[in-house]
Amino acid sequence: MNDIAEPAPSAELLEDLVGVGGRRRTKNVVMTVLMATSVTIIIVVLAFVLFTVIGKGWSIVHSQFPHWFTDDIPATARRPGPGMKAAIIGTIITTATATVIAIPLGIAGAVYLNEYGRNSVFARILRFFTSVMAGVPSIVMGLFIYVFWVLPRHQAGLTGLAGAFALACLMLPIVVRATEEMLRLVPQNLRDASYALGGTKSRTTLTVVIPKASPGIISGCLLAVARAAGETAPLIFTIAVGAAAVHTTNYNVFSGPNTSLSLQIYANAKETFAGAQERAWGSALTLIALAFLFTIVARILSARLSKRTQ
Amino acid sequence: MTETLTTRPHVGSASTAPGVAGTSTGTNGSPKPSLVFDVRGLAVSYGAFTAVREVNLKIQPNEITAFIGPSGCGKSTVLRCFNRMNDTIKGARVEGTVNYRGIDLYGSNVSANQVRKHVGMVFQKPNPFPKSIYENVAYGPRLAGIRNKGELDAIVETSLRGAALWEEVKDRLKSSALGLSGGQQQRLCIGRALAVQPDVILMDEPCSALDPIATARIEDLMQELKATNTIIIVTHSMQQAARVSDRTAFFTTEVNETSDRRTGVLVEFDRTDRIFANPSDSRTEAYVTGRFG
Repeated sequence: MNDIAEPAPSAELLEDLVGVGGRRRTKNVVMTVLMATSVTIIIVVLAFVLFTVIGKGWSIVHSQFPHWFTDDIPATARRPGPGMKAAIIGTIITTATATVIAIPLGIAGAVYLNEYGRNSVFARILRFFTSVMAGVPSIVMGLFIYVFWVLPRHQAGLTGLAGAFALACLMLPIVVRATEEMLRLVPQNLRDASYALGGTKSRTTLTVVIPKASPGIISGCLLAVARAAGETAPLIFTIAVGAAAVHTTNYNVFSGPNTSLSLQIYANAKETFAGAQERAWGSALTLIALAFLFTIVARILSARLSKRTQ
Repeated sequence: MTETLTTRPHVGSASTAPGVAGTSTGTNGSPKPSLVFDVRGLAVSYGAFTAVREVNLKIQPNEITAFIGPSGCGKSTVLRCFNRMNDTIKGARVEGTVNYRGIDLYGSNVSANQVRKHVGMVFQKPNPFPKSIYENVAYGPRLAGIRNKGELDAIVETSLRGAALWEEVKDRLKSSALGLSGGQQQRLCIGRALAVQPDVILMDEPCSALDPIATARIEDLMQELKATNTIIIVTHSMQQAARVSDRTAFFTTEVNETSDRRTGVLVEFDRTDRIFANPSDSRTEAYVTGRFG
């Protein structure tokens, strides 16, 4: 050992080991600054939107506290005063109905695509149309339901259900894509483990694959629901004629026209009266709060589920 | 034919060690041990490519049979024929016959799911379900329709004892199986396989992801299980084959004239001591002495 000399640091080796260190460090700083700036811009914009909505919407919700949630909407835009109950109920029941339609259908479709259809011609066609459907503007979905569901029924066709159909069409591709992606992430060796114990394909899917993917599936569905709750265009000619047509609460999703928070934002915001402007901001705030509440509930649910399966 | 497979011969032994009746599971409970697998002219192909061909093997009861050979020689492919796991691979085709205790496993009425209740499998990478330790073991019995809590508890305990894991996990049966170490997870997978009281256990390189201590535990466990089960193990470690197995099958690859992919063939199947000490084929000798592969 002792006959090996201590190495004398050579300038070439040092240069080689340091390499392009200087340039790389500059690049690192530039990129970090760029990314931090992007994040800041996004957060600033989001915060600005949020604070504007809260600032302008809070006064009407707060000053007329119970009435905002318990009174119907004033019959004319000119009248000041609170009341958004009809729209809150409308949004909740239309979105809930759409969810009941779209989520089971979407999950079942995704299970077919990933577990059974795989790369068959039929599955590939389905997958293609799902992507196409995801890109269709939401107003086209509304138009589609208007032509095929509302028109044949004339006035009676304008119901919460018709709106829910349009929203469900919008949600379906989101649910299918998110679910399929999550199912694809379930490792094959878990399926093999179930098969090796004598599990059939359907049992394996129900007891191993879907539970493993469920936290992700829930997040995907959440996204779809939140998206649907805020949609205006598909509802314009499916739940009522015109955005301001309905002022009273309609609990029945199957009959009679309805309204929604998004429609009320649209109807009130285009009026010049101060009362209407206030109501539009209040509706926006309510909608955001509703989505936020829903997100939190679903997140807790999802976390609880993933804790149980991990 | 199917009837013997669907009514499991050792189903009555639920209270004793898992698969304990495997020793005498001849048809009609005859005490004379019968051949477990009789493989004749087996060939497996994926699409146009033949992965392995001309395999003839007789697997003896209550023995450990090891499959050794270089990568791509088809030993795992052959193993997956014994419980029809190749069925799950698209395009896989099996020719020849695999007789399990006198019944053709690939017979038209035989259900692959039922076969797998008799022939369990442990995989290369430990693959516990993302559920609790208890639920992992209870999964197979639940599939078989057992709902009774007391019965399930008993099965879980005997299976985990059988897998030499009970003492380590008995106080945390409800915690996640993913919190166990790799070696514990693999023993859990063995316990999970034992819970359906299989006659045969297939092991596809069960120790390749484990350290030497965990490997030794699994090897000890295999020796204990031999009393009740028949074991077939695929291994990359010749030392492991020499240590644990009674018989060894050596597979190798041969060059195809038509394609550049290699087809596996069974070179030699004999008692393990003979394979390692006095092989009759020069290719076996070259492999076990380390001159090839």
